[in-house]
Amino acid sequence: MVRPVKRREPLTDAQLLMTITIGIFAVMYGAAMIFMGGGFLRTQQLFDLLNDNAALIIISCALTIVMIGGGINISVGGVIGLTVMACALYLNGSGIQNDVLCIIVTFLLAIGIGLAFGLFQGFLISYLDIQPFIVTLAGMFLSRGLTTILSANPVKVTHAGFQALVKARAAFPFLGYTAKNGNLIAAKLEIGAIVALCVVVLVYLMLRFTRLGRHIYALGGNQQSALMLGINVKRTRFMSYVLSGLLSGLAGFVFLMHKPAGNASVAMRSEMDAIAASIIGGTLLTGGVGNVIGTFFGAMILATIQKIIALSSLNESWWQEMANGAMLGLFILLQSVILSSRSKHKKTAPNSAAGRGGWRTIRPRMGRRRGQ
Amino acid sequence: MQGEPVLTMRGICKQFPGTKALDHVDFTLRSGEIHALMGENGAGKSTLIKVLTGVHEKDSGSIHISGIEGEARIHSPQDAQNAGISTVYQEITLCPNLTVAENMFIGRTDGALVRWKEMEKKAEAILNSLGIPARARQELGSCSLAVQQMVAIARAVDMNCKVLILDEPTSSLDEKEVEMLFGLMRDLKNRGVGIIFVTHFLEQVYAVSDRITVLRNGELVGEYLAGELPQVSLVAKMMGKSLDDMGGLEALGQKRAPGEDPVFEADGLASTECRPFDFHIRKGEVNGFTGLLGSGRSESVRAIFGADRVTGGRVRVKGRNVRIASPHDAMKHGIGYLPEDRKRDGIIADLSVRDNIILALQVMRGFFRPMRRSEMEAFADEYVAALNIKTASKDTPVGSLSGGNQQKVILARWLLTHPDYLILDEPTRGIDVGTKLEIQKLVLKLSQEDMSVTFISSEIEEMLRTCSRLIVMRDRNIVGELTGSRLTQAEVMKTIAGGER
Repeated sequence: MVRPVKRREPLTDAQLLMTITIGIFAVMYGAAMIFMGGGFLRTQQLFDLLNDNAALIIISCALTIVMIGGGINISVGGVIGLTVMACALYLNGSGIQNDVLCIIVTFLLAIGIGLAFGLFQGFLISYLDIQPFIVTLAGMFLSRGLTTILSANPVKVTHAGFQALVKARAAFPFLGYTAKNGNLIAAKLEIGAIVALCVVVLVYLMLRFTRLGRHIYALGGNQQSALMLGINVKRTRFMSYVLSGLLSGLAGFVFLMHKPAGNASVAMRSEMDAIAASIIGGTLLTGGVGNVIGTFFGAMILATIQKIIALSSLNESWWQEMANGAMLGLFILLQSVILSSRSKHKKTAPNSAAGRGGWRTIRPRMGRRRGQ
Repeated sequence: MQGEPVLTMRGICKQFPGTKALDHVDFTLRSGEIHALMGENGAGKSTLIKVLTGVHEKDSGSIHISGIEGEARIHSPQDAQNAGISTVYQEITLCPNLTVAENMFIGRTDGALVRWKEMEKKAEAILNSLGIPARARQELGSCSLAVQQMVAIARAVDMNCKVLILDEPTSSLDEKEVEMLFGLMRDLKNRGVGIIFVTHFLEQVYAVSDRITVLRNGELVGEYLAGELPQVSLVAKMMGKSLDDMGGLEALGQKRAPGEDPVFEADGLASTECRPFDFHIRKGEVNGFTGLLGSGRSESVRAIFGADRVTGGRVRVKGRNVRIASPHDAMKHGIGYLPEDRKRDGIIADLSVRDNIILALQVMRGFFRPMRRSEMEAFADEYVAALNIKTASKDTPVGSLSGGNQQKVILARWLLTHPDYLILDEPTRGIDVGTKLEIQKLVLKLSQEDMSVTFISSEIEEMLRTCSRLIVMRDRNIVGELTGSRLTQAEVMKTIAGGER
C-alpha cells in the first residue's frame, strides 16, 4: 500500500485560525478602502501602518515565541521604554565623533539591554521555576523604574547622524501615485518597518525550521511529553525568553528610529497590545499553537482599527480601547466556537489543542493511573 | 518464534519508607514473546517497571540485557533507552500539536535545522511497514488515541529497542482499537522484539500473551505459560487465595434482611467513564461492587453519585424520577459518597478535624445559612467520640492524622448529613486491621438503622462479611450478581474469571 506523499493535509486548527485572521484583515482593509477611500486607496497608507507599528510588530513576535512555549512576558513594553531612554541619553552625550560607529554602539546598547533582561528573566523562570507572569511583572516595574531614574524628563535626540537615520526611507516609485501637480510620489518605508518585516520572516523560519523552534512548540504542547521525548525543557524555555528579550531591545531601537525621543511613558502598555496581536493572530495562551505570520496580521488588524478611528470623527482614545477589546473578545469567541465545533467531528485526544477547546477550562479526565 | 532471553532480572529488591515494594523478584523476558505482568494494587508491577526504566534505583539484584557484557547499569530513563529498553505509557507522552513525523523524531536528531522532507519520508516508511493508519504530515492531535499510542510505539521501535514495555496501553481504547494495537504487538513480536505487557484486563492478557508473570505484595508468585494457566487460577494467584480456601468467616454482626422499598434505582446509567448498567438498592441493604482493579467498580459508583459526567440512563430515588448531574444533586437526594482516593477527592488536609466534619453539612445547608459555632463544636464532639477518632484536638489539621483516622473523619462528615444511601469506595484501603474491623462493624450497624450502603473493597472477605448482595464486574461490564448461599470466595473468583478457561 503506497500512499501518495504529496497529499494535502487538512488545515490544522492553528492554520485555520491564522487564515481567519488574514481574512479578517483583508475584509477590514477592503472595507476601509471602500468606505473611507482617500488615503486607504494608496499603498502609502499600508506602509504607514508598518512605519508606525514596527516596534509593536517586533514585540508581538517576541510574545508569540514565548506564548507558543506556554509562557508569558509582560516586560517587553518596559524594556522598550528603558532602551529608548538609554539610547537617547547615550546619543546625546556620546563622545564618539564617527556617526556610524556611534550608531552601532547605540544599537549594541539597545540589544544588550534587551538581552540582559531576557537572560535574567529566562534564568529565573527556567532554572529556578518561578512563575513567568511574576518574573516579567517584576521586569516591567524594574524597567519602568530604571527609565525614570535615567531621566524623569523627556529627552529629545539631537544627534545629527541619528537624525539622518530617522529620516531615511526606502522609496518604491512603482507603488506610488501621481499627485495633482503631476509629480510621482513614491511609497516610502522606514528602516524600522523593513527591520520588522525581516524579524517576522526570521522568526517564522526559526520556529518552523530550527530544532529550537520545534522544541518550543513541543514544550508548549505538553511539557511532560516534551521531557519524555528527550527535549531539554529548561534550556528550551530559557532560550525562548532570551529571544524575546533580544527582540524587545531591538524593538526599542526601532522605536527610537521612528520617534527619536525618550520619555518615561514610551510604549506604555504596548505589551498588552502585543499579547492581543498574538492572540488575534491565533496563538493560544495555553501554548503549543501559534504562528508569527498570524501575529503579524494580528498586529496589522490592531493598527488598522487605530487608523480608521484616527481618520474618522471618533478620534478619542476610548474608542480605540473599546474597538481593541471588542476585537479581542470576538476572536476568542470565534476561536473557541471553531475549535469546539471541529473537535466534535473527529475523535480527539483529551490533550490535543482542539480537545482543550482553546480557552475554556476543561475538566481533567478521571481516568486515573492505577497500580502503585 | 520465542528465542533467547533478552532481559533477565534476578533478585530485585526495592524498599520504600514503610513498605517493601519488591522482595527478591525474578523476571525473564525472551525475544519474540509477549509477556504479561499481572498483579493487584500494590503488587509491585509499577515499581518493577520503574526499576527497569531507571526511574527508581534498585536496592539489590541484577539486570542482564542480551548484547551487553556484564550487569546492565540503568540509572536514568536515558540509560534504559540506550540499553534498548523503550516504554510506552498509558498517558500518551507525545505532543498533540506536532505532526506524526515530528513526534517520531523530535528530541533525537542532530543539527540545528529540521529536515522536514527527509524526516517525513522516513516516518512514512516506518508507518507503512508497521501498518499504522496515520500520515506523517498529519497533526498528532487529529489521530485517535489508539493511533497516537501506535505512533508512540513506532517511535520506540525505530529507536532499535529490544525490550518494549507497554504500561496499560489499552485502558482508554475501545474494542476495535485494542484489536488494532494487538495486531501491531503481534507483528513486533514476530520481528523478535520482547514485549512486557502490563494490563488489568484479563481477556486481553489471554488474547496476546505467551507468558504471564504474577506478582503479589512485592513478591514473585510465579511465571506461567499463558496456555497452561486457567483464568480462574490466575485470579486466585493475583488475589493470593487458593480455590479451596473457603474457610468460614466469622461474622462481625448480624446482616439484616433488606427492606422492600428500593431507595435508589438506575436503568442504563452511563457516564463518560463507564458503560450503561442497571442497579438498585433497597432500604437497609448493604451491597457491593466487586471485581479486579480497573474492572469499573469505582466508575460505576461515581456515575451513581454524579461525580463523572452522566451521559445516559434514568435514575429513581425512593420511586421518584430525579436527575443527578452533579455530586450536589446527589447530596440533595440523600446520597453520600466516600471516595476511593481520600487524599485527592476527600480530605482537605489543612483544615481542622472539625471543619472537615462540618463541610458536607454546611454545603447542604447552603452558604447563606452558616452554622453556629456551638453547633459545630457539638457535632464534631459527637462524631469524634462515636467513631473513636484519635486526634489531639478538634483543631488539629486532618493532614496530620493517620490514614485510618482520616478515613473516619470523612465518614463522620457523611454520617452527619444523615444520608439515606451511603457509598463507600475502598474505605479500608491503607488503614490498620483494627480500624478496618471498626469500619465494617459500623457499616452493619448503619444498615440496622435503615441506611442503605454500597461498599467497595479490594478484599473479598470484607465484602463477604458485610454485603448481602455482590455485583461482580469484569472488564467494565457487570457479569453477575451473587446472593445468599452463593456468597463465597470461590463463587466470586469464578464469576470474575468468567468460568473455566
